[in-house]
Amino acid sequence: MAALVVAEHDNSTLKPATLNAVAAAKEIAGQEVDILVAGKDCRAVAEAASAIAGARKVLLADADAYDHGLAENLAPLLVKLAPGYAHLLAPATTSGKNLMPRVAALLDVMQISDISAVVSPDTFVRPIYAGNALQTVQSNDPIKVITVRGTAFPPGEATGGSAPIETVEPTGSAGLSEFVRAELSKSERPELTSARIIISGGRGMQSGDNFHLLEKVADKLGAAVGASRAAVDAGFVPNDYQVGQTGKIVAPELYIAVGISGAIQHLAGMKDSKVIVAINKDEEAPIFQIADYGLVGDLFKILPELAAELERRQ
Amino acid sequence: MKALVAVKRVIDYNVKIRVKADKTGVETANVKMSMNPFDEIAVEEALRLREAGTVSEIIAVSLGVAQCQETIRTALAMGADRGVLVETNAELQPLAVAKLLKAVILQENPEIVIIGKQAIDDDCNQTGQMLSALLGWPQATFASKLKISDGHAEVTREVDGGLETVAIKLPAVITTDLRLNEPRYASLPNIMRAKKKPIVTTTPDALGVDVTPRLVVLKVEEPPKRQGGHKVGSVAELVDKLKTEARVI
Repeated sequence: MAALVVAEHDNSTLKPATLNAVAAAKEIAGQEVDILVAGKDCRAVAEAASAIAGARKVLLADADAYDHGLAENLAPLLVKLAPGYAHLLAPATTSGKNLMPRVAALLDVMQISDISAVVSPDTFVRPIYAGNALQTVQSNDPIKVITVRGTAFPPGEATGGSAPIETVEPTGSAGLSEFVRAELSKSERPELTSARIIISGGRGMQSGDNFHLLEKVADKLGAAVGASRAAVDAGFVPNDYQVGQTGKIVAPELYIAVGISGAIQHLAGMKDSKVIVAINKDEEAPIFQIADYGLVGDLFKILPELAAELERRQ
Repeated sequence: MKALVAVKRVIDYNVKIRVKADKTGVETANVKMSMNPFDEIAVEEALRLREAGTVSEIIAVSLGVAQCQETIRTALAMGADRGVLVETNAELQPLAVAKLLKAVILQENPEIVIIGKQAIDDDCNQTGQMLSALLGWPQATFASKLKISDGHAEVTREVDGGLETVAIKLPAVITTDLRLNEPRYASLPNIMRAKKKPIVTTTPDALGVDVTPRLVVLKVEEPPKRQGGHKVGSVAELVDKLKTEARVI
């Protein structure tokens, strides 16, 4: 009953989401958890994966075809490896979501998307309707293909292990798709999905320029900066800031929502945060119903005050 | 070239859903149903391709109960040319939907298939990827920009780190993200005109597809409720509470 976890990486560093998926895999398969690192010139990632506590072995597939994680090229590799496993898992990130259903279809099995709990090796809990209901499903398929909601599984230790690295023969290019370019946001701040504190802005921010008010507070707290869909749609900030049902799912220790009314689809992305703070001028805004601490007022006055207060009390 | 769009009938995104008391699912009786918002974006994109002269005909497909015909009519009112309804009362999971769509596609031979990246009911995010796998076609998921030129599509995708652009060969499956376009509203004359557009009805049996669900839903429950609603009076009080009560900063 071994499980294989597809590592999330950029050919040089292992992404933290991998650790959450490994944690879910351990709940399913105990000691028999292997990690697949498929990429190009990605030996360093395989070495990082081999240090993950509790990993049995690391499979390294290094080839040009795997350079940018194209699903058309990676899916046949997973299909080739599948017979050795009862479970194939990946983080429910955009790359996991892109790849795993393709694998599932080639194996003629249903994927179990975005699991938030493991009930037994064939039974899982997953959120539906933007997290407004939780569905418990049992899979009758011989191989379970699963994506893992990272916030639901505390990450395991990234160090302490020394799993052997085995090289696997690449499957080659499917010749269907090509990577053209990436425009990735560069930031000195922590990544949204692994940040301990997040401060997010909504339509109430009124412009992208005003996000510097949030950034000043974020700098004091070591926080990541996020946004609601309304703020992204309005062009204030890029798409990768979006927290919500179809954006990023986050569950930090502290989530500060600024000028965000609290649409269902935004709440779906952050309501599992440990502590929620809402700052909004409309005291009827739905966000206040789920906030542990609500502050009613003008964010353009409150944010500078907050930055100053944090500075004063540091 | 022909474009095929798939449109799903879901509970309207404005409805606050209720979990059934017997935990078998979500209440759908007397609830407003609409087209999955991501599928509206798919229809709109196909319409824009037709307006640009790239696409010659748009076929809207829906799968499920007889009322899915209304969802197809919405797509026709937006401007799609004709509809195909795969009618069944069976529960359809994404793998079965992908197989049914494949069967329809093999009859219709579209060069581009555009569908929503996920449905807002089951939030699965699977069908497009599965469909392209079954067809042996390339896929471009979470599209925010689409450019088509001589047998290829260049697609910009919304990914966790920002944006990524891929070039894929046609025929291909594209799944839509939020910022690909803003869907149009159907005008009254177009709604009237849509009533005359043809919809062909078929069934999983006629298409030779076994739709037996692979996942058994054991129960559906409400998530734990959050206790919120406390207000603080000032920034100083907020920082104080976060430091001494919540101890998160």
